[in-house]
Amino acid sequence: MKKITYRDAIREAMQEEMRADEKVIVFGEDVADPFGGSFKVTKGLSTEFGTDRVRNTPISEAVIAGAAVGAAIAGYRPVPEIMYMDFTGCCFDAIVNQAAKIRYMSGGQVQAPITFRTQQGAGRSSAAQHAQSWEAIYAHIPGLKIVIPSTPYDVKGLLKTSIRDNDPVMFIEHKMLYGIKGEVPEEEYTIPLGQAKIVKEGTDVTILAYSRMVQMALDAAKRLEADGISAEVIDLRTIVPLDKETIIKSLKKTERLAIAQEAVERCGFAAELATFAMEEAFDYLDAPIKRIAAKNTPVAFAPALEDFIIPNTDDIYNGVKSMF
Amino acid sequence: MKKIDGIGKELLGKMYCQMEEIRQFELKSAELYQAGELPGFLHPCVGQEAAEVGVISALHQDDFISTTHRGHGHIIAKGASLKNMMAELFAKKDGICGGNGGSMHMMDRSLSIIGANGIVGQGTTLATGAGLACQLNGQGQVAVCFIGDGAQNEGFFHESMNMASIWNLPVIFVVENNQYAESTPQTYHMRPDDVAKRADGYDVKAFVCDGNDLFDVYKKATEAVEICRKGDGPVLMELKTYRWFGHYVGDPAVYRPEGELEMWKSPEKEAFAKFRKKAVESGVFTEEELDAIRDDVTKRVDEAVAFGRASDPLPAEYALQNVYEEELI
Repeated sequence: MKKITYRDAIREAMQEEMRADEKVIVFGEDVADPFGGSFKVTKGLSTEFGTDRVRNTPISEAVIAGAAVGAAIAGYRPVPEIMYMDFTGCCFDAIVNQAAKIRYMSGGQVQAPITFRTQQGAGRSSAAQHAQSWEAIYAHIPGLKIVIPSTPYDVKGLLKTSIRDNDPVMFIEHKMLYGIKGEVPEEEYTIPLGQAKIVKEGTDVTILAYSRMVQMALDAAKRLEADGISAEVIDLRTIVPLDKETIIKSLKKTERLAIAQEAVERCGFAAELATFAMEEAFDYLDAPIKRIAAKNTPVAFAPALEDFIIPNTDDIYNGVKSMF
Repeated sequence: MKKIDGIGKELLGKMYCQMEEIRQFELKSAELYQAGELPGFLHPCVGQEAAEVGVISALHQDDFISTTHRGHGHIIAKGASLKNMMAELFAKKDGICGGNGGSMHMMDRSLSIIGANGIVGQGTTLATGAGLACQLNGQGQVAVCFIGDGAQNEGFFHESMNMASIWNLPVIFVVENNQYAESTPQTYHMRPDDVAKRADGYDVKAFVCDGNDLFDVYKKATEAVEICRKGDGPVLMELKTYRWFGHYVGDPAVYRPEGELEMWKSPEKEAFAKFRKKAVESGVFTEEELDAIRDDVTKRVDEAVAFGRASDPLPAEYALQNVYEEELI
């Protein structure tokens, strides 16, 4: 298998889907060559597919997202890029009131097969308006699917599936993952939405994670192993739909649940996971559920303060350790 | 064969019929609403019929339209079934959206209606996207976005006009200036007298029409459509008209100055009187012929009401459908 970056894996997924289906179109701020996107994810696409199908837009998130809805209703399969998750505040309506509801309001006459590609997360001192994790905000909206991959392999397979999906998908990348490398098959593959992956088996505690927290959870698990605690780490990969079966199966075995999320603690997706576990796996649990999450503040600019706020390997290690 | 402004009798008859359908559908649904038969709320477009019919008569079936919370008129003019629309208002199974969309979310994809919209101004971005699809399709289709004077103060309008302009999208932004944004008069909510003035800032062609003059609207809409089909869009049209009802059925419209409504209802200003005068004086129609068209519409609106009333209500489990393509997650 070849080893490529998370960034290149995303680009390959778009290239393959655009070659296979001429209805797949890409637009967003600065996505065309020679700039190729703020994170260089779309580099090369406009050169290969032309500037009709890969368009630079003005700085206009509302019409980027709204036009995606209109084009989707008219038969296209748009993959708009919203440069930062934080900027989706400017196009919240198109995502939550239009894309998410058009199938429902029309009685199933139309659909919005849109993949809203965006990236989020802290780690670069991007400060309070360029580093938030908002997956829970969108997970709250019926009609949307939320995909949040952690590896090059997953990001490629899941993006291809998302583009082919007939419902709107919030496809959430992480700015600190673009450069990581991982194995990706030469041959074509896709990954179904709603299938979590057990990335490390264990017997004493289940750690649920997604996006950048997966690697940190794995690192924490290694240290816990040295302390005699066997942690099972599950990468959820998609949070809507949620692979409840894999989670419950794991809890039956480990009887303890820790959840690591980069987003602020209050009303984060971990709260939903914890409630789900209480409702559907209470009998298997032998300890209170532990959340490891960001402090309930905006993301700090000062590097030391950002580190203080955002959970890391130490926080996951300490959090899980406290359960024993 | 006699014509008026180059329009033959058949099309004139169809246009008048649609104006009557809109007027009578709206008046009947307001009556049903006040009688407590319809859930939700209603925003009738009575007074704006010529504006709506005039633009849509210049379109083909595969041209897209997006509309607003005050959207019944556009949907009727695009050819939707009165029966299915009425069933929708009753929240019944035979509704145009299966009974669970309601007044503000009516659409018929088979007629290229991409939706009414409960979010003021958002139709502009959707139509811009449909216009992008038209351009990529390369078959000369256009997308028309109906909004009111209030909506053009939303940021959506600015972003859409700008993007449609830089990409030369075949989009016609139709602003029905009915003088009020809910209760706020146009003279308060914007500085220029004409919404059309905004077009200059985007280097977009603009037409100002008497929205109550079917002939004026149709003529300029035809021109706007031609511009867009040639690839020289977008175009902005401002149709000056007036909303007879308040913002919704039940709004007493206390904010309107005395005499204003009466002035707009006068035969010199009002769309139906103006049309009928011209149609009869030109010798194309007799009063009797026009009355017959009107009376036939009355019959069909009554049939639509009976149809909507008799249609089945929705079972509770229907609420769980159409959230996703597959089952609810």
